[in-house]
Amino acid sequence: MYLYIVAGLVLLVSLCFSREKTVRSLKIAARRFIKILPAFILMLVLVSVALYLVPDEVISHYLGGRNIFIDVILASSLGSITFMPGFIAFPLAGILLQKGVTYMVIAAFTTTLMMVGVLTVPIEKAYFGLKVTVIRNVIGFLIALTAAVIIGIAFGEIL
Amino acid sequence: MKRSTIITVFIIAGYFVFLGVAWLMGYNPGQQIWHNFTSFAVEMFKILPGAFILIGLFEVWVKRETVEKHLGEKSGFKGYLWVILLSGTLVGGLYLAFPVAYSLYSKGAKLSVIFTYLGAAAICRVPMTVFEASFLGIKFTVIRWLVSLPLVIITSMLLGNYLARRGYKLSAGE
Repeated sequence: MYLYIVAGLVLLVSLCFSREKTVRSLKIAARRFIKILPAFILMLVLVSVALYLVPDEVISHYLGGRNIFIDVILASSLGSITFMPGFIAFPLAGILLQKGVTYMVIAAFTTTLMMVGVLTVPIEKAYFGLKVTVIRNVIGFLIALTAAVIIGIAFGEIL
Repeated sequence: MKRSTIITVFIIAGYFVFLGVAWLMGYNPGQQIWHNFTSFAVEMFKILPGAFILIGLFEVWVKRETVEKHLGEKSGFKGYLWVILLSGTLVGGLYLAFPVAYSLYSKGAKLSVIFTYLGAAAICRVPMTVFEASFLGIKFTVIRWLVSLPLVIITSMLLGNYLARRGYKLSAGE
């Protein structure tokens, strides 16, 4: 909610300085919002279907560790194709940790979750075009894998 | 209308037709998908109006020269530090970082800074990091930052400079 406190205060200050500019800023806000709205709705469509196909239980079921490297690949794939706000993802990561899942696998999952967004492609594509969107997400995937491996080393799980 | 817009409209329409039929026939997965849709839509639409109001105010009040000076072609390394600090304030998810990135870009921020913003927004948003550290420990968070932030900056520089040389431009979101 602090977003609205900030937005409200800034709006008020803006109004004190210039009524005309404030009206213009609201028009820009509305125009930008409406323009990107279809992409947002498409993202919600994808998220709702993906969440049905890959619920939390599936994630915790499949990351129950036989081979750590297979788990890392699996975790990073799941992290890339799902979408979760932090207040759901990290409690889930905490549960996984208690179940004995390694830090490396959890890192692969949470880091790809944050850095790679297959489901947000509709929005990213609208601004950046498909090619750059794909490049950026592939780079994010590789960085996430690197971070996971180094976390694995730091926690003594591999090497 | 652009072809991609037509495809988007078709997918969305098909989705709602599917949900309608599922509802009429009492098909359970349809109801679960609808439940997912509404709960995420509510979360997102709580944030979007406030965020876009701030974007609008930014567009009107912040001078192009200010953004250019601190995040533009001549900003040097400081530009990356500023934009990483800025990314820490992002609320919601990465989906909101794209319109913000576009606003920065249209005010003269350079491409490598824009890509750093997106990468850093994924890595060090403050509310998210607090969650992470409390569930997985400070050590986990610190290592993840130390590894991924430099990589984000380096790859953003490479990608940004490469695309800038090829005359690449962002579009206004359609």
